[in-house]
Amino acid sequence: MDRLTEYLFPKQVSTFAQDIDNLFYFIFYTSLALLAIVTFGMIYLAIKYRFKKNDEVRLTSSTDHNSILESSFVIIPLILVSITFVWGIKSYLNMVTVPNDAIEIKVTGQSWFWTFDYPEGGSTLNELVVPSGVPIKIVLSSKDVLHSFYIPVMRAKMDVLPNRYNVMWFDARHEGIYPIFCTEYCGTGHSQMNAQVVVMNPKQYNVWLAEAGSEDDDLPLDELGAKLYSKKACITCHTLDGSPLVGPSYLQTSQMWGQERVFDDGSSATIDDNYIRNSILEPQSQIVAGYQGVMPTYQGLLNDRELDALIAFLKTLKEDSEI
Amino acid sequence: MSDNHHNNYLTYPKGIMSWLLTLDHKRIGLMYLFGGMFFFFLAGVIALGMRLALATPEADFITNDQYNSMYTLHGAIMIFLFIIPAIPGALGNILLPLMLGARDVAFPRLNLFSFYLYSLGAVFVIYTILAGGVDTGWTFYTPYSTSSTTNVIPMTLGIFIIGFSSILTGLNFIATIHKMRIKGLTWYKLPLFVWALYGTSLVQITATPVIAITMVLLILERLLGIGIFDPALGGDPVLFQHFFWFYSHPAVYIMILPAFGIISEIIPVHSRKKIWGYKFIAYSTLSIAFIGFLVWGHHMFTSGQSVFSQIVFSFITYFVGIPTGIKIFSWMLTMYKGQVSFTPPMLYALSFLFLFTIGGLTGIFLGAVALDIHLHDTYFVVAHFHYVMQGGTIIAFLGGLHHWWPKSFGAMYNQTIANICAIGVFVSFNGTFFPQFLLGLRGMPRRYATYAQEYADIHSYSTFWSGILGLSIFIAVVNLLWSLRKNNKLDPGTNPWGALTMEWTHTTSPPHPHNFEEEPVLTHGPYDYDKVLVKPTLKRK
Ligand code: HEC
Ligand SMILES: [Cu+2]
Ligand SMILES: [Cu+2]
Repeated sequence: MDRLTEYLFPKQVSTFAQDIDNLFYFIFYTSLALLAIVTFGMIYLAIKYRFKKNDEVRLTSSTDHNSILESSFVIIPLILVSITFVWGIKSYLNMVTVPNDAIEIKVTGQSWFWTFDYPEGGSTLNELVVPSGVPIKIVLSSKDVLHSFYIPVMRAKMDVLPNRYNVMWFDARHEGIYPIFCTEYCGTGHSQMNAQVVVMNPKQYNVWLAEAGSEDDDLPLDELGAKLYSKKACITCHTLDGSPLVGPSYLQTSQMWGQERVFDDGSSATIDDNYIRNSILEPQSQIVAGYQGVMPTYQGLLNDRELDALIAFLKTLKEDSEI
Repeated sequence: MSDNHHNNYLTYPKGIMSWLLTLDHKRIGLMYLFGGMFFFFLAGVIALGMRLALATPEADFITNDQYNSMYTLHGAIMIFLFIIPAIPGALGNILLPLMLGARDVAFPRLNLFSFYLYSLGAVFVIYTILAGGVDTGWTFYTPYSTSSTTNVIPMTLGIFIIGFSSILTGLNFIATIHKMRIKGLTWYKLPLFVWALYGTSLVQITATPVIAITMVLLILERLLGIGIFDPALGGDPVLFQHFFWFYSHPAVYIMILPAFGIISEIIPVHSRKKIWGYKFIAYSTLSIAFIGFLVWGHHMFTSGQSVFSQIVFSFITYFVGIPTGIKIFSWMLTMYKGQVSFTPPMLYALSFLFLFTIGGLTGIFLGAVALDIHLHDTYFVVAHFHYVMQGGTIIAFLGGLHHWWPKSFGAMYNQTIANICAIGVFVSFNGTFFPQFLLGLRGMPRRYATYAQEYADIHSYSTFWSGILGLSIFIAVVNLLWSLRKNNKLDPGTNPWGALTMEWTHTTSPPHPHNFEEEPVLTHGPYDYDKVLVKPTLKRK
């Protein structure tokens, strides 16, 4: 990668990234030439024919066309845009033709996090793990409003719709960790609806698949909870510093341990282990007064140990804040 | 004409009611002008607030929700309350009958009604702001807009009503251009500003009903739960995007064609030179207006539409590019063998040429499907449309304002200050928006209240220049308004630029309440700088 590309673009990770950047350069340099003609032409004419202090106001020339000049203004741009068009379509066809041997990963967007389901059965949240050098087919759908799944280093983007599956694919050439953004506006947490793609070499990937999740087995509960808190996207809606975001701050809930929570229908309940568990698995059943029922259910996304961990972590917050 | 007490439309008739109930196109134009400028100011202040928040990656002094509401209001107000209604409504109203030698537009009462519809729509928008804003983006994409708890209904209702104001103004202008020209003023003798208004009006009456219906469907879906766009109710969200862009792409031409018209007037006058390629500019206006209806799908290259649609929309998109490109060369060549003066309107026109060329060329990047996949919904798009809408339309509007200011008010602003502001606007505009192309290339998504650290430097650079940009425009406008002070009136006969269009050669500045004191007779074409010599004069009273 030359210096200019490094300056202008995110790293070229997918197989088609380079072709797309080259298409950019083609348009860029022709545009630069056209812009130079307009700019210098304009400056030259304006200065050459400027009205000087001692000039006399007079009738000016009646020239107002020149067939050769005008036809070249049509023909040259026509040739240039034809090349651009054909190139744009050719590269595009390459981007939509998914190789047959691609690994299929299901991506679900929901306000405001991403879930990734792997063919072998595992699932991750806000972290897409893929092997390098293998085509990956991404099948996208949304659980609520529109989102758009964008991986800048892959030069790939696709809208995520609630009522149909959209597909995109890429083949990553370089290992590393790269950002994923949501690029279709989806409300309060839109700009925090980020994830990562982790590109591993195929061997590591297989090891990862086999071990997925088990590495956490020996973490103490509260540490695991702290980890899950950001990994499972609680952090996009709940702060740890006491200020409300989309939902009440986790710290506030912790400090109110044992006290009454009032819900929007006027009922109330004591904040205890069962209440927290229920809030995570069935958030719509009791909606804290003053908030909206937008918390997604984590049914099926967290196992019992993970739920315990999140609760344990919640309890530690109160103690920490009292020190 | 001097001591006749009702010699100009500003002073006669008198009284507030004579303004509120006026049927005079010039007064209605001024009311649009001040209404539009108010909303321009409001949306501009909101924009500066956003830029300030974007100076650092965190949403410092505002919440995400406030940011989302701000960017929605900024876009919606700029587009629906300033750019779309203000140029045709203000400059179009003031100038069209004068350029045709007519006493007024074809339907003066309808014209006043349009203005009140605009005002009513504006009331809904102001209500929306006071009630806490709306956070869907000016695009109102479903199903988010169906489920958002913010004030979607008042806002869309406002846009619905303003849409009718646009349609009626368009209708009025078309009838006026067809029926109110004086004897001998054939189509090819019309100033190009009139052609531009004609093209704009055609798009207004054909495209606007579609957005109006779409807004109604959205309101019905929210109120009655009828499933049209929301999949939860059996609707299709992509259908909304088709409806929306079927209007909103042509709306780009509602916004830019009048600017083309203004530039086609400014450059010949201030170069004292016949316009280059008159017929080409006239016809390209109409062809752009027509082709503009066939390219809406280029806003949806990542929506998952069929490969065939992608190819067709990309192909047609390039066809709009070509006539636009030739116009730019025509304006540039108009200066050839002329006498170019660096007046404020001319500086704005030259800025326009540069900025709009960048706006147009970056559209070519976005029209190439494979590249658009990377750039769609990033800051590249934000920069692109600001180069078109602000660098193009608003710069042309400022140029037009400076050009026709002495005509409309019979007063001349300080031209040195105006020139400095024009240069200030040019430099700071580039400082603000050019870096945003880079942000987009590097993958920074739009509509983000917070963003990754790696984009921070470019963002704060952009914020710095946006402050200067705001200041330059503000001073430019104050400079204009300051010219309205007492004892600064021009001699009614002055023609400060030596212009040949009828509003300069056949009536006073400011014009007579009935436009022309006697039936005007066509004496020359609008660009006959090779045949008719009118010396610029700037006499004070
Ligand atoms: C999309 C935003 C969102 C995400 C993500 C989210 N929550 Fe929530 N959460 C809310 C909202 C809003 C409420 C308040 C309304 C309600 O009770 O449903 C809430 C309420 C809660 C409550 C009850 C708090 C109280 O004080 O009564 C708990 C506990 C909770 N969430 C835990 C979590 C955990 C743990 C996670 C991550 C595994 C998480 N939430 C992820 C939005 C979210
Ligand atoms: Cu989003
Ligand atoms: Cu468009």
